[in-house]
Amino acid sequence: MKADPVKAGAGVKTYVRPMGFWWLRNPFYRWYMLRELSCAFITAYALILLRGLMSLTEGREAFDAWRGSLGSPWAVGFHVIALLMVTYHAWTWFKVMPKTLPFVSIAGRRLSDRTIIALGLAAACAASILVFLAVFLNAPQAPP
Amino acid sequence: MKRSNKPIFWSLFGAGGMLSALVGPVLVFVTGIAVPLGLLLPRETMSYERMLAFVQGGFGKLGALAVISLFLFHGLHRMYHVLHDVGIHVGAGLKALFHGFAIAGTLACIYLLAVVGR
Amino acid sequence: MSAPAHRTITIECLRYHPATDSRPRRQSYEVPFTDDMSVLQGLQHVKDHIDGSLTFRWSCRMAICGSCGMMLNGQPVLACETFLRDLYPGPVRVEPLSHFPIIRDLVIDQTDFLRKLESIKPYLMPAEDRPVASGTFLQTPEQMDEYYQFSQCINCLLCYAACPQYGLNPAFTGPAALALLQRYNADSRDAGTAERMPIVNAEDGAWGCTLVGYCSVVCPKAVDPARAVNVNKINSTRDYFRHLLMPR
Repeated sequence: MKADPVKAGAGVKTYVRPMGFWWLRNPFYRWYMLRELSCAFITAYALILLRGLMSLTEGREAFDAWRGSLGSPWAVGFHVIALLMVTYHAWTWFKVMPKTLPFVSIAGRRLSDRTIIALGLAAACAASILVFLAVFLNAPQAPP
Repeated sequence: MKRSNKPIFWSLFGAGGMLSALVGPVLVFVTGIAVPLGLLLPRETMSYERMLAFVQGGFGKLGALAVISLFLFHGLHRMYHVLHDVGIHVGAGLKALFHGFAIAGTLACIYLLAVVGR
Repeated sequence: MSAPAHRTITIECLRYHPATDSRPRRQSYEVPFTDDMSVLQGLQHVKDHIDGSLTFRWSCRMAICGSCGMMLNGQPVLACETFLRDLYPGPVRVEPLSHFPIIRDLVIDQTDFLRKLESIKPYLMPAEDRPVASGTFLQTPEQMDEYYQFSQCINCLLCYAACPQYGLNPAFTGPAALALLQRYNADSRDAGTAERMPIVNAEDGAWGCTLVGYCSVVCPKAVDPARAVNVNKINSTRDYFRHLLMPR
């Protein structure tokens, strides 16, 4: 956005500063931008899964090709970065979650933000363990 | 003062954000790192037969749809806002494009889940 | 008797005079200071002994009037409760609050904020008129707890300087105004929530916020405006679907 140096407000000439690259100017903003950019990886991952689903409908050969592509260094590299970004998303999601909730009182005492964050992170850990176990326990036996 | 339609997209964004916060990391790890490398899980965990069986089951269909659709609604809603944050003028057109993409992805997913295995 | 050797610190101020400047410039001052001096006192030293033209707002010197908000090294703070000893060796970069038009030097135009403050109906709107004879409103400590922190706002505008969404879109109602709106909505004596909903529901109401959260970090009174705004996203959503399913 261009700076508008002359802005009449109640007859007074004022100077309006441009926003420019505001997200670079403060560490808080830089972390915010990183949090926001995690969404690109969430979108990309969903599209990868969608592509996998599509290849599944195309038959064994197509699906095996998709599965094989996941093993390439580029694909694994992408997923490593995606793992970091999605984990950062999860962390920041639960950190801001208390701000979106109304005050909650249990037995006359207000539930603190720290408790809510801890509960959220605990739920994520539990869900992660559950999903991994569900996959692990249903996985085929690896050949010796 | 005109009432905003944000609540619809924000609700989808929130659902996707919560789901991806809870199971996003483990899913990315399993499907994108562990299984392709045979790390902790054998490569055959995601074989053609097993995946076909998974998405043909009720739980598999629901799970796949929830993850794909809600991840898309979450990610694209936020991507749209990032454009605004970096100073790009975003109007109704771009809004329709981003959310339309998520809707298209959802419809594609529903269709694929309906025809898979046939 | 020789004077005790003071440490000095460089204070670099943004200067701007509407009559003579087309754009702001910077001017540095060497300020001797003691460990008990605030940045405000440093600026007052400049004005009293070095450059009388330096212009800035201040009043109480004790973080309750909300007048001395400014950017110090890129962060919005109250100058009266920030100390030069903590910024030594400096230099201390002083600028007017971000996201507001500059009138002169460190003084910004707050007309927009004042207009928004008025617009949210910042007064109790009880369900029915009570005669004085019926006595005072009664409120339990739990009821007061629901809104008390939001009533602590001193209108210092640090939150607006912190909020990039306000900087990108000055039409956004903003943290402090929405915090005050929540203060009244959450007050058990008030029945005006429905009347304030159009402001909350608007694109520039609660929906202008992307939960950067910096506003609550910089607030000197722990008002937590981020919560006030985002709790109203849920209220607005509930209102939206109620309106959709049961149009009055």
